[in-house]
Amino acid sequence: MRLARERSSADLALEQFFERRKHDRAADLREEAWDSFTRKGLPSRRVESWHYTDLRAVLREISPEAAEAGKPAHVTPPAGVVMTSLREALAQGDVEVMAALAPQTGDAAVDLNAALMQDGAVVRIGAGVRLDHPLTLDASAAEGASSFTRNLVLVGESARATIVETAPPLLARGQENHALVLQLAAGAEVELVSDFGPGDPETVRIYSLLASIAQGSALKSSAFIWGGGLLRRQIFATLAGERAAASFNGVAMLGQRAHADVTLVVRHAAPHGKSRERFRYIVDDEATGVFQGKVSVAQAAQKTDGAMQSKALLLSPGATMNSKPELEIFADDVVCGHGAACGRLEAEQMFYLMARGLPRAEAEALLIEGFANEALAEIETETLREAFGGKVASWLGARRLQSKGDAR
Amino acid sequence: MLEVKNLHVSIGARKIIDGLNLTVADGEVAAIMGPNGTGKSTLSYVISGREGYDVTDGEVLLDGENLLELEPNERAAKGVFLAFQYPVEIPGVATMTFLKAAINAQRRARGEGELQTPDFMKRVNDAAAKLGVSKEMLRRPLNSGFSGGEKKRMEILQMALLQPRLGVLDETDSGLDVDALRTVSEGVNALRAKDRCFLVITHYQRLLDYIKPDTVHVMAKGRILRSGGPELALEVEETGYKDYISEAA
Repeated sequence: MRLARERSSADLALEQFFERRKHDRAADLREEAWDSFTRKGLPSRRVESWHYTDLRAVLREISPEAAEAGKPAHVTPPAGVVMTSLREALAQGDVEVMAALAPQTGDAAVDLNAALMQDGAVVRIGAGVRLDHPLTLDASAAEGASSFTRNLVLVGESARATIVETAPPLLARGQENHALVLQLAAGAEVELVSDFGPGDPETVRIYSLLASIAQGSALKSSAFIWGGGLLRRQIFATLAGERAAASFNGVAMLGQRAHADVTLVVRHAAPHGKSRERFRYIVDDEATGVFQGKVSVAQAAQKTDGAMQSKALLLSPGATMNSKPELEIFADDVVCGHGAACGRLEAEQMFYLMARGLPRAEAEALLIEGFANEALAEIETETLREAFGGKVASWLGARRLQSKGDAR
Repeated sequence: MLEVKNLHVSIGARKIIDGLNLTVADGEVAAIMGPNGTGKSTLSYVISGREGYDVTDGEVLLDGENLLELEPNERAAKGVFLAFQYPVEIPGVATMTFLKAAINAQRRARGEGELQTPDFMKRVNDAAAKLGVSKEMLRRPLNSGFSGGEKKRMEILQMALLQPRLGVLDETDSGLDVDALRTVSEGVNALRAKDRCFLVITHYQRLLDYIKPDTVHVMAKGRILRSGGPELALEVEETGYKDYISEAA
């Protein structure tokens, strides 16, 4: 028997989606993922990696499927880049695409995405291609509906690109399970900037990044989370080749009752790898931040250099932060560390700014902005760094307006 | 003009300032000297409005207005400037952003228009050149990774830009070598003016060789025990504070 527990209305709805989806050329892959999913079901607090985000409790009802979810916008790709839709690639049985679709993470949400993926963009960046302008990938779904979408980016040897992954504000009640599969061939360099726009309080969104980083290649990822309902960013990354480098940075700015969970698993599989994880949370009102980071170093991955850090700034008595950093090390010659900090605005810093004339609200905003800026500084592409700086400032502006409104 | 009248300050159950009276006239540079732990820094914090002190009695008046009722930023806008003994590092906040925010916040509070960028840049660059504050320092986050001397120069740079009515210098000489002390002192001396007064708090007479005070007050056990001219500082240097400590006890 597949489902030992009683099936909920959500389970039944997902089963219907699967029945409709399992007939394309990826049927075997979907079947395998579906089996893996149904053995576990929607994860609840009892699943360790979902302990702080009870998806089962939140997803009691599944919204109807969005039509044409993930269908890529028609754009002319830059020279050296080939773009197609996932639907077409699956219809044609594209071997390279099929091979790239089967990463085994064991995560229920990724399984569900693999079983139910509707469409997405497939982007191939040719070997040696250097893109001057960022490529934009849409991670958005239709509002008021559920969608399962997947983008696939294959970066050729020694290619260089900046990718912007955007999920525009999801205002109406919506459910989204999106995955980005990113594969870097040897010597490739990619900067990925992910912008997860704010959502309505009823939204449930899961954005998974499945990255593999080959020999001598480097991935630099920055994620911005602007709150909303429930949002989970999961990262499953493998530093597969020697001297692979990866950094995962991010800022979550959370107000009201937003819940944002960043869960990452970074596996070092080869020697001389370097990984950095730095996440910052600004948690206001009744919002909750979650950081679960696991760096796992295989026995073969000698001389690994890893450092992970999460920092949270709690701006209200009702704000919550859960941090769980983990190291799992099987190699004996490595340098790995982690740190987690959680606190309020520092009174000394506040006094310093106010003694120079800044009113309390302005001093607070400057310190919060400073806290976020340290993460923004990680973005290499200057135009993007400035654009996100502007977004941080508007978030703070909105917060100040809101607190003025409350004071009235 | 600064007037401190019968000031009593406690931290919790501990009395720190015990009936202090002090007047600093416009144009005057007053030095406060005293042994460690006598309440000198507390006085500077109470004047500038730091939290955590219970003022149980007395007044602190600037131009006749009681500062004790005001928030630190309101005091700053009235012209109070505290040069910190330990300037606070604020990573992530660009020095220039901070300077502009501070100047414009004070201007707004006084009903003046905001300073436009070219004017602001010119003022910063002029002041920075005089104080040996490099462009590189201005590009860094506020006080982050600055040496002790750089931090103190940055304090004086801020004072030069904010043009206060009252400058309170809390142990500005601590941690400075002779060259840095000279630069910082020249910066302060350049700001001496008829419509500005200074309270220079120091443990050592050394600073007063560079910033020549008009009056010197010796403070111990939360009170001013003696007041006089610059010669008092030299006398203290000779005899130390031990007589004052026993006198106050």
